[in-house]
Amino acid sequence: MNNYPLKTYLFILVTIVMSVVYALPNLFAADPALQISGQNGEMVIDQPVMDKITNALRVANIEYFGEEVSGENGLLRLKDIDQQLPAKRVIQDKLGPDYIVALNLAPTTPEWLSKFGASPMKLGLDLRGGVHFLLEVNTDEVVGKQMETTVTQVRAAMREEKLRYQSVKIVNGKLIVSVFKTKAEAEKASSILRNKFRGITRKSTEENGFFIIHSEMLESEIKKIEDYAINQNLTTLRNRVNELGVSEPVVQRQGRNRVVVELPGVQDTAEAKRIIGKTANLEFRLEAEAGSTNRERFEFSENYVRDRGIKDAFLKRTVVITGDHVSKASAGFDEQGTPNVSITLNSKGGARMHRISRNNIGRRLGVLFIEYKVGRKYDTDDTGKRVAVSERYVDKKIINLATIQSALGVGFQITGLTSPREASELALFLRAGAMAAPMYFVEERTIGPSLGAENISLGVKSVTIGMLLVIAFMLIYYKLFGLFANIALTLNLLILMAFMSLLEATLTLPGIAGIVLTVGIAVDANVLIFSRIKEELASGLPAQSAINAGYDRAFVSIVDANVTTLIVAIILFVIGSGPVQGFAVTLSIGILVSMFTAIIVTRALVNLSYGNRTIEKIWI
Amino acid sequence: MITDSVVNFMGQRKVAFILSIFLIIGSIVSFGTKGLVLGLDFTGGTQIEVGYQESANLIDIRAQLTKAGFEAPVVVHFGSERDVLIRMQGKPESGLSDAVLQALQTNQPNVVLRRVDFVGPQVGEELREDGGLGMLVALLVVMMYIAIRFQYKFSLGAVVALAHDVIITLGFFSVTGLEFDLTVLAAVLAVIGYSLNDTIVVSDRIRENLRLLRISNIETVINKSLTQTLGRTLVTSLTTLLVLVSLFLFGGELIHNFAIALIVGVFIGTYSSIYVASNMLLTLGLQREDLMPSEKEDAEINELP
Repeated sequence: MNNYPLKTYLFILVTIVMSVVYALPNLFAADPALQISGQNGEMVIDQPVMDKITNALRVANIEYFGEEVSGENGLLRLKDIDQQLPAKRVIQDKLGPDYIVALNLAPTTPEWLSKFGASPMKLGLDLRGGVHFLLEVNTDEVVGKQMETTVTQVRAAMREEKLRYQSVKIVNGKLIVSVFKTKAEAEKASSILRNKFRGITRKSTEENGFFIIHSEMLESEIKKIEDYAINQNLTTLRNRVNELGVSEPVVQRQGRNRVVVELPGVQDTAEAKRIIGKTANLEFRLEAEAGSTNRERFEFSENYVRDRGIKDAFLKRTVVITGDHVSKASAGFDEQGTPNVSITLNSKGGARMHRISRNNIGRRLGVLFIEYKVGRKYDTDDTGKRVAVSERYVDKKIINLATIQSALGVGFQITGLTSPREASELALFLRAGAMAAPMYFVEERTIGPSLGAENISLGVKSVTIGMLLVIAFMLIYYKLFGLFANIALTLNLLILMAFMSLLEATLTLPGIAGIVLTVGIAVDANVLIFSRIKEELASGLPAQSAINAGYDRAFVSIVDANVTTLIVAIILFVIGSGPVQGFAVTLSIGILVSMFTAIIVTRALVNLSYGNRTIEKIWI
Repeated sequence: MITDSVVNFMGQRKVAFILSIFLIIGSIVSFGTKGLVLGLDFTGGTQIEVGYQESANLIDIRAQLTKAGFEAPVVVHFGSERDVLIRMQGKPESGLSDAVLQALQTNQPNVVLRRVDFVGPQVGEELREDGGLGMLVALLVVMMYIAIRFQYKFSLGAVVALAHDVIITLGFFSVTGLEFDLTVLAAVLAVIGYSLNDTIVVSDRIRENLRLLRISNIETVINKSLTQTLGRTLVTSLTTLLVLVSLFLFGGELIHNFAIALIVGVFIGTYSSIYVASNMLLTLGLQREDLMPSEKEDAEINELP
């Protein structure tokens, strides 16, 4: 009686070994580090660059070690976390604004552990410091613009078919109303709408002798536009966040129209907001005639130079349209299979483009990409201290220069591209500079680095003290069985840590609270079992049967109780936001693990010490 | 905690009933008159925590901010004399925090930013709705689970007990004027989980005893079950309280209210699993026959390890 088969013991042993391996990396404190990369992907960080950095650090008397270069980026560890900012300053100063120097925490997991894929838990912003932004994208405005474009296209399509309409306009911002004099005209219009405008509905009515078609944008179409706008904003945001020089940033869509941006380690929120909220723009300008005074010289973008080897060109000073009028840009192929980029303008932009291009067929139209950049320079102030100075500058480069083949309207193509790659890069630039849907900040949370470190130490302290109290109590109250429960509890925390590391879950302060609560609840299963064993002993059952009955009878209660708590934790996770989710994650993993440790592991320990022999009395 | 002596818990059920009603009415009256002090998470707004090198003078800080043109800032110590929490009134807007810090740094360059929370009004409203929804969904799902695993009378008993705990815990926050934020909401939901845990263990025992014992008097069965589980109930409450007190004392200012909510919840939850849920079972007229049809299902479960 009370014996487990060998495989159960082996299973427990394997679990223990695995959780030790995966929980172990958390014991190695991360080194403060700096990560160095280029402003664009083509810059190489190699040994000579690293030598330059290390020389500068030696001169500045900053201790460093463990430098690594991978070509794409370089990493350098520091002895002292307080030197992270000074070291960043020194390196940035030495390398210039073309390089991004990001603060980082480099894991110190020994190589034999990393071989198993083991890595430490990720720490949430509240534990390591940083900024959390929630931005809302105004998708209504984008949908509205698209409606306007559609109306312009509808009118153009009807004119093309020589169809006379009384009016085509937007009512209440949601409805496109087309009015016709005769039934035949309305029917013809309906067929045009059916064939050319799949994204809108049609409903014909007759009112006061006029024939009217009401059209609405399909829900699926609206969703497509919203998704497009959000994705475009995500791309732009990612590019901007990269400029900030942050390691492991998070830029993620949340819900229908929100974007989360998390920047660990960033302190200067004003700067971060300025860069995230900044805009790139586009200008379409005609190529200047030779000898004209109305002209300005611009360089081509690096991509253009790479593909064609031309360096610069003259454009007129007058702007045809700006990026605000571009509502869409995508790369594709024409019928012959040559790469092109399709551009869609809004109605106002389309009208302007039409007017100007009509009179300039055969001339070349250039697209300028304009970036408002903030460069960082290090200057010496009055007191002789090195301070960072933000310098704003505008960077304008030509990304395309192509001949106007015919009068352009709302939609047109840029052709003559050398490769699909050029097409997709051009489309990317156009989108980045096009009017992304306007965004505004709806939530901001900043945690300073000192508070983060404080939260970690407070969390560790409260978990440790709470656990010691519970362990002491269990030992006194349940003696040997209490020791078993304590071993199970320790193992519970170990497995919990291993799981969190394996799942790459993020540990937050509420998450630590969840762990603390798990410690309290995890022993409950053991309390249930042990008090049942005590009861059975009191009712006169022999020791071995009492143990067996205790585990058996308590099992149902434990499952019911844990399942319901788990339900609550899952609901918390699903509906909760950031802090609540962190709590839910550790609580639910903790509960699941406790079922294993409190039932199977303690049973194994009991079986090992009491099983298979006659006993008079158990120490409970 | 030996099975022979049975504590007559249900003998005091009228007293317990009056106490519960009194607490619930008190809580509701307090909601009506004082309401809950909702934290920034739910109201929207801006708050900034800053740290000074030495103990900070609140009056000076207030004067500095007013001089810099900020309307009626609320300035209080947070946790220690050197840490100050500044809450800005009026329309929440992004970017306010940067301006505040700048204003403070003109006089005191040593002041460091510890934390900024800015929540837009829209987000606050959503969090409020989600929170309420979460509590309702949690109660409903749990009720269904218990109805399936036990019987509807048990599930009614459990849910009344849970609602009892939630209302009184919220009432405690209303009466004391402690701030109710997202972490406290999580704590209240955890209280639901905890109290449920307790109630289920008791219900489980009542079900078992109803089938096993040949006692026709339901009140005696409930008393016996409560006595049998009392040891476990107290020990678990104690271990949970041990860690919660540790969290309260050492966990830092940010989870202070979280710990308080759970401590209150554990007390109320322990009480309610003894008095409220069982009381409801008696009131609803639980009978042995109520559990008969599900016996087959239970036999299967007993065969599990």
